[in-house]
Amino acid sequence: MIEYAVYFAATCFGLAFLMNLWKIATAEGVGDRVLALDTMVINAIALMILYGLANGTEIFFEAAMIIAMLGFVSTVAYARFMLRGNIIE
Amino acid sequence: MSLFLIAALPFLGAVFPALLIRAGRNAAAASTGAVTLLALIGLVLHAPAVLRGETVSARLDWLPDLGLNANFHLDGLGLLFAGLILGIGLLIIAYARFYLSREDPMGQFYSYLLLFQGAMVGIVLSDNILLLLVFWELTSLSSFLLIGYWKHLPEGRQGARMALAVTGSGGLAMIGGMLILGHIVGSYDLSVILQNKDLIQASPLYAPALILILIGAFTKSAQFPFHFWLPHAMAAPTPVSAYLHSATMVKAGLFLMARMWPVLSGTELWFYLVATTGLVTMVLGAVIALFKDDLKALLAFSTVSHLGLITMLLGFGTKAAAVAAVFHIVNHATFKAALFMNAGIVDHAAHTRDIKQLGGLRHLMPLTFTLAGVAALSMAGIPPFNGFLSKEMMLEEATHAIWAGTPWLVPALAVFGALFSVAYSLRYIAHVFLGPRRHDYPTLPHDPGAGLWLPPAVLVVLVVLIGLFPNVIATPIVTAAANAVTGADVYFHPALWHGLTPALYMSVAAVLGGALLLGGHRAALGIWNNLPRPEAKAIFDAIVGAATGTSRRFSDRLHNGSLARYSAIFLVFTLAIAYYAFASGTLGPETRAPLPVTAMPVLGWICLVGSTLSVVAFHRNRLLALVLIGVTGLIVSMTFNYLSAPDLALTQISVEVVTIILLLLALNFMPQQTPRESSPGRRSRDVAISVVAGLGVGGLIYALMTRDFVLPSISEYHLANSYKGGGGNNVVNVILVDFRGFDTFGEIIVLGIAAIIIFAITEAVLGSRVRARLLNRKPWSPLAGDSHPLMMVVATRVMMPIALMVAAYIFFRGHNMPGGGFIAGLIAAIAVVMQYMASGFSWATDRQRLPYHGIIGTGVLVAAVTGMGAWFNGLPFLTSAFGYVHPPYLEKFELATAALFDLGVFLAVLGAVLLALQSLARYAWQPGIASEHPMDINPERDDATQTIEGH
Repeated sequence: MIEYAVYFAATCFGLAFLMNLWKIATAEGVGDRVLALDTMVINAIALMILYGLANGTEIFFEAAMIIAMLGFVSTVAYARFMLRGNIIE
Repeated sequence: MSLFLIAALPFLGAVFPALLIRAGRNAAAASTGAVTLLALIGLVLHAPAVLRGETVSARLDWLPDLGLNANFHLDGLGLLFAGLILGIGLLIIAYARFYLSREDPMGQFYSYLLLFQGAMVGIVLSDNILLLLVFWELTSLSSFLLIGYWKHLPEGRQGARMALAVTGSGGLAMIGGMLILGHIVGSYDLSVILQNKDLIQASPLYAPALILILIGAFTKSAQFPFHFWLPHAMAAPTPVSAYLHSATMVKAGLFLMARMWPVLSGTELWFYLVATTGLVTMVLGAVIALFKDDLKALLAFSTVSHLGLITMLLGFGTKAAAVAAVFHIVNHATFKAALFMNAGIVDHAAHTRDIKQLGGLRHLMPLTFTLAGVAALSMAGIPPFNGFLSKEMMLEEATHAIWAGTPWLVPALAVFGALFSVAYSLRYIAHVFLGPRRHDYPTLPHDPGAGLWLPPAVLVVLVVLIGLFPNVIATPIVTAAANAVTGADVYFHPALWHGLTPALYMSVAAVLGGALLLGGHRAALGIWNNLPRPEAKAIFDAIVGAATGTSRRFSDRLHNGSLARYSAIFLVFTLAIAYYAFASGTLGPETRAPLPVTAMPVLGWICLVGSTLSVVAFHRNRLLALVLIGVTGLIVSMTFNYLSAPDLALTQISVEVVTIILLLLALNFMPQQTPRESSPGRRSRDVAISVVAGLGVGGLIYALMTRDFVLPSISEYHLANSYKGGGGNNVVNVILVDFRGFDTFGEIIVLGIAAIIIFAITEAVLGSRVRARLLNRKPWSPLAGDSHPLMMVVATRVMMPIALMVAAYIFFRGHNMPGGGFIAGLIAAIAVVMQYMASGFSWATDRQRLPYHGIIGTGVLVAAVTGMGAWFNGLPFLTSAFGYVHPPYLEKFELATAALFDLGVFLAVLGAVLLALQSLARYAWQPGIASEHPMDINPERDDATQTIEGH
């Protein structure tokens, strides 16, 4: 049963991933694209965990955790850059 | 004392003056002197055995596969030269202490001097020609530093460059000659080579080897036509001239010819090459010396002439001539070093070295006059001084030399050279010290303190003693050295009176002629000035200019600063090579079936292609390009995960974050758009090249992955031995810290160097006028929002301990699971950088307790000490050890030295990343723009509201 759930979830997140890509390529302004990239990072975490579930391994957990912990740093840096120009004032 | 220690002492000791100069100039000089004295004592302890005819040796295999071994030996010749180098070195050190002024960086001087001394001692003690070549190059490099010591003088810099260019290219030729020689004999050990005279001289490669080696020796010993660098090197401080250009470095070429004498000499080729060059150099140097008005230039050309004399004697190829050569090496070193120091004293006292402005100094400087008089008379070859003895022997040998069937040519030219030699020697006395006292000296000269006159006085005493009692003082060492040169027992019994020999008549003729010539100096100078003569410096500059121009034209076409052009050249070249390989090689059949296509890889493929195409489409908007590259980075790290490389995935993720911060810091100073600069034709050419290159790489990878490897890969070994040999289950980490630990060690050093260079460039830029422009920079768009938003500050503060904990976790598990010091260092660095971003540069810098340089250094040291620990167990550098412990109440766990090494990696990465980012952040830092407080709005702070209103 869990198998089907994982497949279903993976399909959803995969589609979301493609939509993110579409937005990153076509959205108006850099701000929206950065947001789309941030969303894509979150979807990537989900896909990694799902892949681990499907294969019964914990090896991807750390990668997902580190992406979760550090992914927002680049988004913040982009935001600072767009608002202030200088990211370390 | 071991020969290793004697050779190593000057190098080790070079650290002391550089450090002790902070304790004063006396401390620096004393430490340098102590090091030299220690080496000299070590040498003297070996002297009795060597004088008995034994050879002391010390051998150590260094790179036996290449034939490069650290083999040293000490025979008579080595003892003589090492004694000269260390003994005169000691005097020079004392002299330099009083010669250099307060403004000169004396610690630096003594360090260079010791490096040079070590290189020279290394040359004369080497028993391996490859080792000898290493030291040979070291003398060129260290003498470059010494000649150019007065960096503020253009002559000094030019002279140093010229000396390096000439002796360095000669050194290259000599490397070729030595390699040929080693190839003929089949061994690079001198002691073996010297046994194989017949083999070498019968070889068809004898002539090229000889010529190449002689080019090396001639350039170093300033033989015609390479003599021109020596006078230009006189821009060096006088102690350097006295040391390098009279006693040591220029004698290295002579030493080499003497060392190789047993196997290379005795042929016609040797005689005509060496004796002729020596003869021409001797005459030419002596003639030019007479017409030089600068004291040091006079001495420089006189040195050229005397070096020619010794070369000629070695070229004669007879044993008696070789003995005379060795004896003259000793005598020349004593009187010429004394004269150079003397010229320095005159320069110091009168503030000029121009003979035209001098004269009559004997009234003001009687002591200096006495010393100069004795040394110059010895140089002229006047009895009873030591120069007379060896000059008589030279003239005697010249009478036996028959050049191309003419027996009178060599003796006649030898007398001619000796005549000019007498003239310039007497000129040094007559035009500087004799004559009436003048009243227009730049400053009123007077005798110097003991520090300046004592060192030359020691040498002058030797000049007299060797002249009077040659058999007591000189015979043992000269005999031992000459035995080593000729490889046979020689008879050496110098005496002031030989009877009425031809040499005596020649000597008398030279002295009388020289005195007459000096009397007619004014007339002779008139003739000389009207003679057309090539100016060596102009020719040298023209050659160097032409070479520079040609290479610049070539490199400017390749390197015009356009990245597109570099990539185009690189890609076309690579494609050509790849096409050649594909066309000339064979491609085996496909042995692996493709895997079925599943949804995940397709998703990743679409994203990769999509983001890459988008980067191509939007690459002129730099920020957007960075965002799109972020997608590529994310997909790449997910691919690493999918293909079971979690270590790489973790690294990729953390590197991605650091890169984005780095690029955003840089983008702040760049235009937001890349302008269109190239023509449509060039763009379509570039598109074509890149499409072909992309298809080529794709095809290559496809071909690789559908076939098995031709050779078994080394992965099997790593997988099999990772746990057994390295104690870790994570093969990637075990490779990094154990199997390939030495590579990693080198990499963290390079990383640290790179970060420190970024820091240094930042320091230099911010110390220049650019600083003002940076401080007054106006932002390119209106600033929005807060500089230190409360939300971000709180979030990053909360994240910091978590991130550090994760870093520690990743670090400790690294040996067995994905992770390790590198990734942990990156994560910890990001945790700190977050604080910089949130609360600002000033706030974060104030809280930085340990300098990042220190962290980098500690990391490298920890790794090095861990690696060296293996030595104490008798194992090679970086051999790891591990064991398992079972503490009560806990599961068993592993303790490995590799973890300590990994700690070094962690610290080096942490320090390097932070130092680089902090340096880049300093460019944009403008005081006053952002508040110094950690947060712009802080409910705890009373003045918060006012500060906001004030903005």
